[in-house]
Amino acid sequence: MEKKDTLVLGGHKFTSRFILGSGKYSVDLIKAAVEQAGAQIVTMALRRVEAGQKDNILDFIPKEVTLLPNTSGARNAGEAVRIARLSRELGCGDFIKIEIMRDSKYLLPDNTETVRATEILAKEGFIVLPYMYPDLYAARALAEAGAAAVMPLAAPIGTNKGLCTRDFIQILIDEIDLPVIVDAGIGRPSQACEAMEMGAAAIMANTGLSTAGNLPAMARAYRQAVEAGRAAYLSGLGRVREMASASDPLTGFLGD
Amino acid sequence: MEEKRIDHMKYLPGMEVLDSTMLDDVTRYHDAFCNEAYTADNVKTALSKQRLTPEDFMALLSTAAIPYLEEMAQKAHTVTRRHFGNTISIFTPVYFANYCDNYCIYCGFNSHNKIKRARLNDAELHQECQNIANTGIEEVLMLTGESPKMSDIRYIGNAVKIARQYFRAVGMEIYPVNSDDYKYLHECGADYVTVFQETYNPVKYETLHLAGNKRIFPYRFYSQERAILGGMRGVGFAALLGLDDYQKDAVATGMHAWLMQRKYPHAEISLSCPRLCPIINNDKINPKDVDERRLVQIICAYRLFMPYACIVVSSRESAAFRNAIIKIAATKVSASVCVGIGGHLKKDGSEKGDEQFEITDSRPFDEMYTAIKTMGLQPITSEYIYL
Repeated sequence: MEKKDTLVLGGHKFTSRFILGSGKYSVDLIKAAVEQAGAQIVTMALRRVEAGQKDNILDFIPKEVTLLPNTSGARNAGEAVRIARLSRELGCGDFIKIEIMRDSKYLLPDNTETVRATEILAKEGFIVLPYMYPDLYAARALAEAGAAAVMPLAAPIGTNKGLCTRDFIQILIDEIDLPVIVDAGIGRPSQACEAMEMGAAAIMANTGLSTAGNLPAMARAYRQAVEAGRAAYLSGLGRVREMASASDPLTGFLGD
Repeated sequence: MEEKRIDHMKYLPGMEVLDSTMLDDVTRYHDAFCNEAYTADNVKTALSKQRLTPEDFMALLSTAAIPYLEEMAQKAHTVTRRHFGNTISIFTPVYFANYCDNYCIYCGFNSHNKIKRARLNDAELHQECQNIANTGIEEVLMLTGESPKMSDIRYIGNAVKIARQYFRAVGMEIYPVNSDDYKYLHECGADYVTVFQETYNPVKYETLHLAGNKRIFPYRFYSQERAILGGMRGVGFAALLGLDDYQKDAVATGMHAWLMQRKYPHAEISLSCPRLCPIINNDKINPKDVDERRLVQIICAYRLFMPYACIVVSSRESAAFRNAIIKIAATKVSASVCVGIGGHLKKDGSEKGDEQFEITDSRPFDEMYTAIKTMGLQPITSEYIYL
């Protein structure tokens, strides 16, 4: 019998490998996007969450979906830890995506602070998914600190530029035993597919969908791309060669 | 009777002096801008780029860019949506004191203008905040006239503490203070500081700000830097367009914000785009030279130069203009605005103290919220956690 292909994060199993962002688009579209994407995990910024708020984002995320709150707005480990604890208090569960940025222009993650926050939160029982710059040493430190996965960026967040850090993500996939979830910069389904073919465990996308003409339709396209990429990876990609393979070999005269 | 005017470039005792060259740097750009030097080719080059240089920014602010306004707006729209998605933030200003020691000839709060002065006491502040919070507002900008005597730092800190009980995000537009006072106000719960430089031309500035601490041009200029050093998360910049050469002032505002972001990469940057409005007892001021077309040009230039910056368009502008500009580049608007003191205290809208200027877009929060949604955009009341 064929073994079921599941993504395991902190002991929780998921059959979907597409994590959907919920920022930058109308909350009314979240439900349709989740359905079309087949997403089982949805991220949202905790700073968008407030009980009693008009159009509270939590009210628009389907209940069966696992929430992955992020710590955007945090500028150091201490602030990320405070947001994570607040998230738990607000009933958003034990998953936490650490986002620590100290640059308002490029919003690049600070790996050093991220490792610190991961260490603290993993000890407190959080399932920590750190957003990171794809650096091998940082990824090892995150694994050591208790991260449930690592989430390297493909390109600066919100740029839709695709797999700019391709080779470095490949190194993480090859060297880190945790799931590698490619996050940020994926702007097209084809790029999501390529990352999955490389062996990424999952894809997280937001802007690629929120800036699309038809968001639910694009969510469906991402789902298909992620599934195709995963299937290709599992089946073992065909060889790539520099030169054509001659159908009439020059050494054919030598016989068998 | 003419008042004896003090040297506007010399710090007064007690004013913190930073070791910074930013004023010289911004002034260099301000002075270097020559409108006639830019051609259509410069504008086209700027529009073809992903990352604009200061030179590109200046080209987009030149008259040569006017024929390319639609192209600028289209690109600004794309850049804005990429960075902010379809979200538009809503806030309301809380005017809680209008005493002022300054004499700024264009401002309704100026100390020589005979208006009803007031400041809210604790009970009134609670009531004002409660009434605003009841509408659904979660972010406020606390504003005072500039009187360290009548609205001292403890009084403002107390007002911020009260506001924090009702709102998630508290910003301030108060008189410039030293970094240790900004630190205190941050501890009280404020995280954003907006200071309008009004004009970046010190010669013109001197003729408009005749008395009071505000007269000291460099002290005002370095407010944002002191605020960041005091621990504030974000800072806002603006020139009051129409006071002087608006193109040069827009260049300087943009460069001030841009250089601050380079120096303090973690700082959140915000830009406002006020034009002169008529004030009580002086209806001759008219924003003739900065018409809506030019205002759109400035806002688009800000957006293309600083894709990450929050751009605020206030209720000085009409509902029609604000509806249009949030589709292009603005990311934050005010609603339920009363520019008098205690404007939310009574149901009949009567105020305890007079207004600073006249507003044009008087839409209450609900109406603004619905208007934004109707346009297919997502209104956001707060995207903030005090840390």
